[in-house]
Amino acid sequence: MSTLDIGEVTALFPDELVTRSVVRYVELPAVDGRVVGAGAAGELALVTLDNGMDHTKPSTFGPAGLASLSAALDEIEARTPAVAAIAVTGKPFVFAVGADLKGAARIASRDQALRIGRAGHQVYRRLVESPVPTFAFVNGAVLGGGLELALACRYRTLSGSTAAIAFPECFLGLVPGWGGCTLLPKLIGAERAIAVIVDNALAQNKMLSPRQAAELGIVDVLLEPADFLEESLRWAARVLAGETIVARPAVDTSTQTWDGAVARGRAGLAARLHGAAPAPVAALDLIAAARTNTVAEGFAAEDEVLADLLASAELRAGLYSFDLTQRRARRPVGAPPKELARPVTKVGVVGAGLMASQLALLFARRLEVPVVLTDLDQARLDRGVSYAHGEVDKLAGKGRVGPDQASRLKSLVTGSLSKDAFADADLVIEAVFEDMKVKKQVFAEVEAVVSAECLLATNTSSLSVGEMAADLAHPERVVGLHFFNPVAVLPLLEVVRSEQTDDATLATAFAVGKKLKKSCVLVKDAPAFVVNRLLTRFLGEVLRALDEGTDFAEADEALDPLGLPMRPLVLLALVGPAVALHVAETLHEAYPDRFATSAKLRQVVELGKASIYQWDTGSPVLDPDIAAVYGPRGGGPSGAELRERALAALAEEARLMLDEGVVAEAQDIDLCMILGAGWPFHLGGITPYLDRTGVAERVTGRRFLPPGVASLPHA
Amino acid sequence: MATPTARTSRQHESSQHLASERPARERLVRDVVFVDGVRTPFGKAGPKGIYAETRADDLIIRVIRELLRRHPELPPERVDEVAVAATTQIGDQGLTLGRTAALLSGLPRSVPGYSIDRMCAGAMTAVTTVAGGIAFGAYDVAIAGGVEHMGRHPMGEGVDPNPRFVAEKVVDTSALVMGQTAENLHDRFPALTKARADAYAANSQAKYAKAVAEGRIGPDLVPMATRSVELGWGVASRDEPPRAGTTVEILAGLKTPFRPHGRVTAGNSAGLNDGATGCIVAAEPVARELGLPVRMRLVGYAFAGVEPEVMGVGPVPATEKVLATTGLSIEDIGLFEVNEAFAVQVLAFLDHFGIADDDPRVNAYGGAIAVGHPLASSGVRLMTQLARQFEDHPEVRYGLTTMCIGIGMGGSVIWENPAYAGQGEGGSA
Repeated sequence: MSTLDIGEVTALFPDELVTRSVVRYVELPAVDGRVVGAGAAGELALVTLDNGMDHTKPSTFGPAGLASLSAALDEIEARTPAVAAIAVTGKPFVFAVGADLKGAARIASRDQALRIGRAGHQVYRRLVESPVPTFAFVNGAVLGGGLELALACRYRTLSGSTAAIAFPECFLGLVPGWGGCTLLPKLIGAERAIAVIVDNALAQNKMLSPRQAAELGIVDVLLEPADFLEESLRWAARVLAGETIVARPAVDTSTQTWDGAVARGRAGLAARLHGAAPAPVAALDLIAAARTNTVAEGFAAEDEVLADLLASAELRAGLYSFDLTQRRARRPVGAPPKELARPVTKVGVVGAGLMASQLALLFARRLEVPVVLTDLDQARLDRGVSYAHGEVDKLAGKGRVGPDQASRLKSLVTGSLSKDAFADADLVIEAVFEDMKVKKQVFAEVEAVVSAECLLATNTSSLSVGEMAADLAHPERVVGLHFFNPVAVLPLLEVVRSEQTDDATLATAFAVGKKLKKSCVLVKDAPAFVVNRLLTRFLGEVLRALDEGTDFAEADEALDPLGLPMRPLVLLALVGPAVALHVAETLHEAYPDRFATSAKLRQVVELGKASIYQWDTGSPVLDPDIAAVYGPRGGGPSGAELRERALAALAEEARLMLDEGVVAEAQDIDLCMILGAGWPFHLGGITPYLDRTGVAERVTGRRFLPPGVASLPHA
Repeated sequence: MATPTARTSRQHESSQHLASERPARERLVRDVVFVDGVRTPFGKAGPKGIYAETRADDLIIRVIRELLRRHPELPPERVDEVAVAATTQIGDQGLTLGRTAALLSGLPRSVPGYSIDRMCAGAMTAVTTVAGGIAFGAYDVAIAGGVEHMGRHPMGEGVDPNPRFVAEKVVDTSALVMGQTAENLHDRFPALTKARADAYAANSQAKYAKAVAEGRIGPDLVPMATRSVELGWGVASRDEPPRAGTTVEILAGLKTPFRPHGRVTAGNSAGLNDGATGCIVAAEPVARELGLPVRMRLVGYAFAGVEPEVMGVGPVPATEKVLATTGLSIEDIGLFEVNEAFAVQVLAFLDHFGIADDDPRVNAYGGAIAVGHPLASSGVRLMTQLARQFEDHPEVRYGLTTMCIGIGMGGSVIWENPAYAGQGEGGSA
């Protein structure tokens, strides 16, 4: 028996939705006619974890939940005769999904954090050290602390329908610190543990499939969901009777293998994050130590790491970011009532280029309505339609859509040389060349064909939506739908409202965006909206430094300490120098004092270069033609100076955007940067980082967010 | 009875194969065999019962999966039909349960299924119906069973009897209340006293307890997970309704809810229960081909109607009919599994055929008065228990499963014991 020392931390979780651990004593099935369990009349203590809600509110652990589990183990321990085994399972569809993060965000001191870590270990250790065999019957979603609870048991069964299996901690800014960093590598070796704890977490919190979890050795047996609990008990009885031998491959603990895996992990992290995020590095440290330490030593080390991280700025930014993507992204601020939305039963796409074809595929796949592409050129039209059809075939080839659905989707995407095909469309989106005159003409032609309510949407990345609509009979039905490339992958959709856009149009745009499975953010009709404006401003500082003579490598590496997903010049290549130049010119026109147009960049574009670097060797080499354009290096700002300039520029621009009302709140800017530019959780998008580094106050005289929103409460 | 013919075992043909393309063949009748049966433990209906928070379809799914698990020699795609009975085909007992349960059990999508209803004789009718199809050559192998979750679906849920029943006096108003039909039976046969009914009921409890102790019940049960939001997951591994130690003295003191100073009590009737049963039925040559056990051979079956107000007497004409069609006599029957909806109804049957109330050939493991009667599922329980008794009684050649059925019917099925050693008279057990 033991008392859980959680008194003080319980106060941090005033509204904990308590996961109760309830115990029932069940009869183990006989194995080949024999009763199982020494002296215990074949009794197994079955613990159910249940927070009393349905599967949409999965069970988590706060202090009271841990106390309940501890009390359940007390009760089981006190039972005479002793039970033959203990098993833990969850409510329907959910095992347990980890620690209660709401309470974790209220932790204000390292000492409090340390207690939380210790409380988890104290309870889980009882399963690790239990004198009777322990089983986890993992019947559903199992994340973080839930997976650690399963690992604390001696044996694990897993339901074949489990949808979520992962350690998301590093994704948020934590480590699996209730045993995960110690028990998992001891169970499956360093290399596999790193793949699960670090690599998957940093790959947008990638989940394991049940089969993968079994193949990795995380669970002992995969059972079908229909009678998972009954068959888990049958399996447990066979294990207890010695009829089923649980064979686990030996883990290679040689320094060569283990430390080699850790070293590869460290090299990967360094290349990617440059030390910007402490959590994955700490996870690697713990995994490295797990080779030789005892479980007790491992748990103690986890306590310390957890205490540091729970009190870290990066975790606060991570929790803030997670909340933005889970909540704000699903309920866009400023969207009109959804009842105003009009049905969209057919879509037109003007243009048949790559962007247009990608949009056609997306609309067909998600709205499942006819999509017509139009172009003036038959050959280009054919290419556009066949691109979309080819992508459907690829999806079918991967088994992502069945053959019937593939033929349905293909039949939905057609091409027409005449815009007359738009006559019965409810939404027409243009994806033609970024030229105001061209776009206005396109809209005029479309308006001549479609109904008065048909939405006219533009995918412009920088032009004024209001100006585009100005000469139309019904400018109120024009809206900007700014997608990010690649359209199928990036989750952000900037929904642009012009002065004239009416509520029904906007509501329809949001409804369509939701069906497209995009996260919509409402933005004002301002040049380049949010993501491109900030990226251009930021890139502008890098290009300015190059113009001034900073060495290419130094400029490109200057922002490394932020741990951005790619370096600026790689981003430039991804966007394409020509597009980048065009956006910069638009912004220069609007804000000449902040957005410069680089003459040298124009030369690069005129040379037809797609990238500053050549990648023939697999690693970036400065293109000699571009080197010639820029001439000898020297005289520009240092990397540190450039970083300071770039951050100051971001702070200034973000503040101006808020002052201009481009978006409602700083949270929208951060959501846009996370979803549209892939900016990392540990920065909180960008404004939490600008706040915590003091840049915001230095440059704009004030913070973006009050202390405690994306930072420690006392900061 | 049907005689096995010399025809060779049928080629398994794909469903896409058009009938007209098949070679014309002589119409043959094949012997039908009972391969194996299992059931969930039975529970008490109501909020305190073990299955209070468990779905009905999950019960039958568990049974189907267990049958397949116990018979890996049966390729799942060889199952040609899944017939599932339920009296109240609403909610989790609706939606063409035979088909949906097949899909949810993981049977291949090519395996069809349907639902069936003949009140208490649902599962029995599922067996006789697929057996007809097998004998006729339409199926090789079928799964038949039944489920009734009387907690989630009380008897009479959602019924809408035609007003003509009353207006034209088609049936007496008591006909739809099963307890009243049992009282009516006592009226019709005054020799069937409450004392006899109570003695029969106490004996049923005692026989059941003995059968459990001797390990005759457990092997046919499949443990079932039970959900409770309050208590957490549990596992049902034994029947909940039986009341060991029931005596005639205890029974004598019970209320008679259907009539003041009546004779029918909760103690001499089956309760309101939850549970599911299922079995594999196959053409004998196919069972031999696949290596499936042959535990009983179907000899014949019959259903017969009686006045709905005395539905309990149904097994009498049904049995007379099946004896007539099979050319057997009651003396040929060595073991009886009579469903015990009410003690009086079993006694009416026994008196008719001149069998003693405590004849050891009748309900050797006790009956529904002890174990419970989840309406549409009970028929297969009778068969599964008869099959087990056959193994212990090679001297018995024929056995009978029979039950009374609401709205005035009886159903009787005669089975042959493949273990019959050919010694002695069938009637001696």
